[in-house]
Amino acid sequence: MPVISVRNLRKTYVVGDIQVHALRGVDLDVEAGEFLSVTGPSGSGKSTFMHILGCLDRPTSGQYVLDGQDVSMMSRDALAKVRNHRIGFVFQGFNLLSRTSAIENVELPLLYSRDHIRGADRHARARAALEIVGLLDRSHHHPNQLSGGQQQRVAIARALINNPSILLADEPTGNLDTRTSVEVMDVFQRLNIERGITILLITHEHDIAQYGTRTVAFRDGHIVSDAPNTQRRWAEVEMAALPPLDPSNGGTTNQAAAG
Amino acid sequence: MMRLLMILRVALKALNRNKMRTALTMLGMIIGVAAVIAMIALGKGAQASIEDQIRSAGTNIINVMAGNFMAMGVRQGSGASNTLTPEDAAAIRNQIPTAQYVAAGVSTRNQIIAGHQNWQTRIQGTDVDLPLMRSWPMKYGLFFTPQDVTTAAKVVVLGAVVSTNLFGEETDPTGQIVRIKNQPFKVIGVLASKGAGTGFEDQDDTAMVPYTTAQKKLMGIQHIQNVTISASSAHEVKATAEAIAQLLRTRHKIMDGNNDDFMVRTMEEMAAMRTETTKTMTALLAGIAGVSLLVGGIGIMNIMLVSVTERTREIGLRMAIGARGSDVLTQFLVEAVVLSLFGGSIGIALGFGISWGVTEFLTWPTTISSEAVLLSFGFSAIIGIFFGFYPATKAAKLDPIEALRFE
Repeated sequence: MPVISVRNLRKTYVVGDIQVHALRGVDLDVEAGEFLSVTGPSGSGKSTFMHILGCLDRPTSGQYVLDGQDVSMMSRDALAKVRNHRIGFVFQGFNLLSRTSAIENVELPLLYSRDHIRGADRHARARAALEIVGLLDRSHHHPNQLSGGQQQRVAIARALINNPSILLADEPTGNLDTRTSVEVMDVFQRLNIERGITILLITHEHDIAQYGTRTVAFRDGHIVSDAPNTQRRWAEVEMAALPPLDPSNGGTTNQAAAG
Repeated sequence: MMRLLMILRVALKALNRNKMRTALTMLGMIIGVAAVIAMIALGKGAQASIEDQIRSAGTNIINVMAGNFMAMGVRQGSGASNTLTPEDAAAIRNQIPTAQYVAAGVSTRNQIIAGHQNWQTRIQGTDVDLPLMRSWPMKYGLFFTPQDVTTAAKVVVLGAVVSTNLFGEETDPTGQIVRIKNQPFKVIGVLASKGAGTGFEDQDDTAMVPYTTAQKKLMGIQHIQNVTISASSAHEVKATAEAIAQLLRTRHKIMDGNNDDFMVRTMEEMAAMRTETTKTMTALLAGIAGVSLLVGGIGIMNIMLVSVTERTREIGLRMAIGARGSDVLTQFLVEAVVLSLFGGSIGIALGFGISWGVTEFLTWPTTISSEAVLLSFGFSAIIGIFFGFYPATKAAKLDPIEALRFE
């Protein structure tokens, strides 16, 4: 059974007197363990699609089944619960809370969990998530003390804390330089291969899309191509080929945080 | 409970992030609450001191005034009727056993001249019982005697203020002659100073003559304006007042259902009336102070609105990772309430300080009541909820997609 099953999904906005058809009937299945890249130019409908998949928005018509549950017409509060339990978000701008330690940022989704989780458990889970992204030693650093790549890894740890069904990454390398981008993609590929986490990567950069197992391309509210990546890129291999790091800055290029 | 604690921690953190702004916003609440506390303390203090003064004047005292300003139809001032006579006073003395002291009284304002000095004051015609019932000792000389009353002798007892103004401080004027209405009066004594009275007049700014003298030599009247009586004990006051009223009705031939041409007031009743006045004053002052509390609340609303706009992205993120509208609402509401309660608590402390200062340096009496403190605290919480609600709702209604895009 696919993790994501979308049938004839449509989204129409009304701006003044004009109807904007952002999605014009999209069908898509994503199996568990896939690493799907979603590409397309701006205005192609990929952002709208990603908002609906992320349960931040509802389709005008059509069906979206996530993990066997039809979420297309759920209430705001029910969608909030789905986002909390089943979806992990990674944004372009990191969106970490400032003046809040990495570990507290990672714990944040647990505050809104409908299950009651004790403080000690929250802490243990946040530590485990930080360990996965290799930042356990930075757990008490604040975002402004972390490089851009490290901030994005904290954001990934936050997305992982509730063991989501899917990880939605919206332009996760948009604010990062090439080396850091490769590092972040390495984290995604490891999560996908070692832990079998389903990943949806939204990007407008074609070469970033090549890190996934399959790419769908959007244009004018339709899926215009859907094919496995034959020339998949491997971040781990590319990292080995990159020139050696300056050991002083903790393994990542320090870039000002935009979030 | 755990959840609330967590929300509280988040709120404290958010407020801690912008200390200056938090402090300034709280200042509005602090001033408002401090003003309310101080004003109520002042009002309550005034009330307590008035009650004290009335108690010290003697709770046993009953006043009978000629005329009845409560009468329907033509409204007369007290003392306007000329039906109260010295014989009425005598009847009260003779026929009511619980009337321990009785003094007939009239009063007028006149100038007293002594040499080159003169002083305008209230001249009270009274009887020998007055200093006894008011426990009013003499500073110099003696009070007048029953014989002075019978003979309408031209003798005067001066109040402390009058004596000082005419003869200077620490001077014994007994034996001196003063002129009132162009007639010579012999000063036979000076009353000890008693200070401000139950009303706003100075009790020491007075001169006393036998009521017979005032009637015949100063005013040219046959009637009297009032009778002051003291009951033999505090719990006889009510019955005595009732008996006096009954006696006077019989003597004045007033039928059942007709209005009395006199009024009987006990000190307790007068105290209650004065207390009522101060209560109104207190409410007025507290109301004005309450306006500043309201302004403080508007300040909170303003800052919360700014805060919601500033933290739009944060709100969007919280929603994206699973916060419901109600979670966001609670968070901002708790922040507003924390602001107002913190401000309120500091304001209460400051109000205590101001009240203490007023008593210490201005010697005005103040009384801090627990109800004022509870009221202010409760009001702070209500203001936080009320003025925090709109910004919090605004935050809760944000669209997560829009909020995350907000720059």
